[in-house]
Amino acid sequence: MLIFEKTKQGRKCTEIKKPNVDKYNLDASFLRENDANLPEIAEIDLVRHYSGYASQAKGVDNVFYPLGSCTMKYNPKVNEEVASLKGFTNIHPLQDESDVQGALEVMYTLSERLKEITGMDDVSLQPFAGAQGEYAALKLIEAYHKENSKTPRTKIIVPDSAHGTNPASARLAGYEIINVKSNSDYGVDLDELKKVVGDDTAALMLTNPTTLGLFEKNIKKISDIVHKAGGLLYYDGANLNAIMGVIRPGDMGFDVVHLNLHKTFSTPHGGGGPGSGPIGCKEILSKYLPNPKVVKVGNEYFFNCDPSSIGKVGSFYGNFLVYLKAFAYIETLGKEGIPMSAKLAVLNANYLKFNLEDKYKAINSKSKYCMHEFVLSLEDMKKEIGVSAMDVAKCLIDKNIHPPTMYFPLIVSEALMFEPTETESKETLDVAIKAMKDIYEVAHSNPEYCHGAPYKATIKRPDETTAARTPILKHV
Amino acid sequence: MSIYFPHTKVDIEEMLKACKAKSLEDLYVDVPKDLFVKELNIPSGKTQQEVLRQFEEMSDKNVVYKTILKGAGSYNHYIPPVVKALTSKAEFVTAYTPYQAEMSQGILKSFFEYQTMICNLLEMDVSNASVYSGASAAAEAAIMCIERKRTKVIVANKIKPDTLKTIKTYTDGHGEVVVLESENGKVDIQSLEKELADDVACVYLEQPNYFGSIEDAKAVGDMLATKGIKFVMGVNPIAMAILKSPRECGADIAVGEGQPLGMPLSFGGPYLGFMACLEKEVRRMPGRIVGKTTDAEGKDAYVLTLQAREQHIRRERALSNICSNQALCALTATIYLAALGKEGLKDVANACVDLAHYFAKKLKDAGVNVLDKGEFFHEFVTSTKARARDVLKALKEEGILGGHLLNNDEILWCTTEMVDKKDLDKAVEIIAKFA
Repeated sequence: MLIFEKTKQGRKCTEIKKPNVDKYNLDASFLRENDANLPEIAEIDLVRHYSGYASQAKGVDNVFYPLGSCTMKYNPKVNEEVASLKGFTNIHPLQDESDVQGALEVMYTLSERLKEITGMDDVSLQPFAGAQGEYAALKLIEAYHKENSKTPRTKIIVPDSAHGTNPASARLAGYEIINVKSNSDYGVDLDELKKVVGDDTAALMLTNPTTLGLFEKNIKKISDIVHKAGGLLYYDGANLNAIMGVIRPGDMGFDVVHLNLHKTFSTPHGGGGPGSGPIGCKEILSKYLPNPKVVKVGNEYFFNCDPSSIGKVGSFYGNFLVYLKAFAYIETLGKEGIPMSAKLAVLNANYLKFNLEDKYKAINSKSKYCMHEFVLSLEDMKKEIGVSAMDVAKCLIDKNIHPPTMYFPLIVSEALMFEPTETESKETLDVAIKAMKDIYEVAHSNPEYCHGAPYKATIKRPDETTAARTPILKHV
Repeated sequence: MSIYFPHTKVDIEEMLKACKAKSLEDLYVDVPKDLFVKELNIPSGKTQQEVLRQFEEMSDKNVVYKTILKGAGSYNHYIPPVVKALTSKAEFVTAYTPYQAEMSQGILKSFFEYQTMICNLLEMDVSNASVYSGASAAAEAAIMCIERKRTKVIVANKIKPDTLKTIKTYTDGHGEVVVLESENGKVDIQSLEKELADDVACVYLEQPNYFGSIEDAKAVGDMLATKGIKFVMGVNPIAMAILKSPRECGADIAVGEGQPLGMPLSFGGPYLGFMACLEKEVRRMPGRIVGKTTDAEGKDAYVLTLQAREQHIRRERALSNICSNQALCALTATIYLAALGKEGLKDVANACVDLAHYFAKKLKDAGVNVLDKGEFFHEFVTSTKARARDVLKALKEEGILGGHLLNNDEILWCTTEMVDKKDLDKAVEIIAKFA
């Protein structure tokens, strides 16, 4: 039952103190005719209503969540505590700089840490999520070429395995998108790349490890090809968890990078945000970063605006409380824990993959080692017994495991993309391996059962087609 | 170094063996050797106890005020404790975007309620499940309106500066932004009409505007309707409890900053961009949208819908690139609106109005020049003979966070239900010395 069905006229949860001043009557022509139809509910019923909703949801705190490309690692509670300190939650964004030295120190020092981890010369924390980071970074690239290129650079090259946000962000930034095919090793096809780069290339957007969880071995050659053509190299940081502290995008030849603090740096995803998508760049792009930036002069911190900046991408300075959580995470792990996390994320993914490969087909490089995630293709299984990636995903729900990412990347048919992250124990992975093997057995003995899953969830296989064709988007 | 990975030495050995690897480094065999970092130049890991202490010390360097008379886009409202108690539940906080409907009905239902409440508050047909901020909501709305032959976005003179900057960033390369001239900051219908050529995509104004004045939005909407130009309103959600709704004013799209709905000041974020439109615009609206349907057994079910608009399906043909948005902030707004309810939200709005008008009148009586910019909601502007900076400094010495400095002698003030008569009397006493 929705909250609107529990409402009763006259019920109240919160009372607002009446101000002890005279009532002021605004000009009636500005006032609305009817009251907004909002719930009227008692506090206890409000609490039970949303507690009920919580029981119909699952997060990392509840279940194993190997959702590929999303890095659903544990969200440490100390980070939440840090972000609840009154000195951070109760300060106004327009207070004098002298009033908010602690907040500016957080922004400055976190930026310094991220510079070091990415191998970049400068960082802006402002973008509100990964996709907005992509967009902002593309605007930097545009501004750079406008000032430096002899030819108009109107094209962004994107591999066919890229995240959907890459081409969408490039389009929003006004670019034409050139898709480049993958080679037989699932990396960028260098010959194809050479064919499409030219004096109209603005940049190549690349995820490394790729969305197949494989390291792009030719990264230096790719960097040479793009840079020789006068283009820039963009790093999609969605998969940074495989390499943080081990390898740096800046050393691979990338000029600009976006990060997802809600993936790599353990800030909770909140059911779809708030995230945070800082961008880092090399010196040549620094002056175009969003305004304002925090600078340190002596022992004091100030905001600084650059006239060459691309401007702003949202109100104030971005999702500040999220910065605190990521910063606390980095301070806790430190220079030892950051690379160790990456290595164990890679170990966990390989352990899971190696143990599933006798039943399921994995997408492998020649070395057979994946990075922090891997992709299974259920194409053969679908052909042979009719059980799809979707069926297997729904069976996992009954085993109390959040399904992996389905049907992505698009270049693998019947894809299931697993990213276990480093915070899961061997025992948890063993349970997941057994679950996947049990599902394999059931799929072969009783495929119908798999088509009907899940059996233990609150609902089963909602009709998405009708939802889109005849949309019901609010309660009436 | 606190341990967020549960691996023992034995675990690592066994797992490596299962992968036929000798060391963790073996797993990186595909990486060119010269790329490995020797050691990061950042501090060593610390215990959680040390980290807490470090952050408490940084937090203590910030000044927290009991009395806040500053708004300008970030508003200090009362947040009922029940809001945080519910929004901090781990099932909401640690979940991903609800791609798996069977595992996320609670989250999907709460978004559906959010969309309904936003629609009811604005009297619009369709709401999305949030965007990043009020500023980016306005920018996304402008992008929605721009067409091949209509590329000009006209914005009212007094909109929030960050919103104007964000609209400019987003429309760069797609259209042109024209800021209306105005004498007292409010939209002047005659001068607006002169700007309305065939290439105008939309007009954007804020209600109340940046200076707190209430715009005659209905007059603008009525005129735009006769010209087939889209009308985008950026509204304060608390003011919407009492002011004419975007629907009543003839808006096609309504957006705004959702922070007043239960989100603390937090040095500017995370906040919430809300966005709603008329039925006819729905397939052009960016962002996640939740819809109601039925499941395989005929039960009510909620899903992410109209995904053909989105990046993960349409890639370069998508309407926007939004993936993560501000879901937990949308949940916060939902629970805040439910906790305040129909009457409570009006009480907040009316308290804001009453206190602001008491404050303005007291200042006037004390000889301070309160600029007349027509009816206002909870913000207004004063001009003092002394330097505005000195006024704010004097207030600060008494523990009051004064208004927002606009220029040498003008200050933008804001009152909410969080201040009372006593606080305002004290502030007036101090400000009057600078009249």
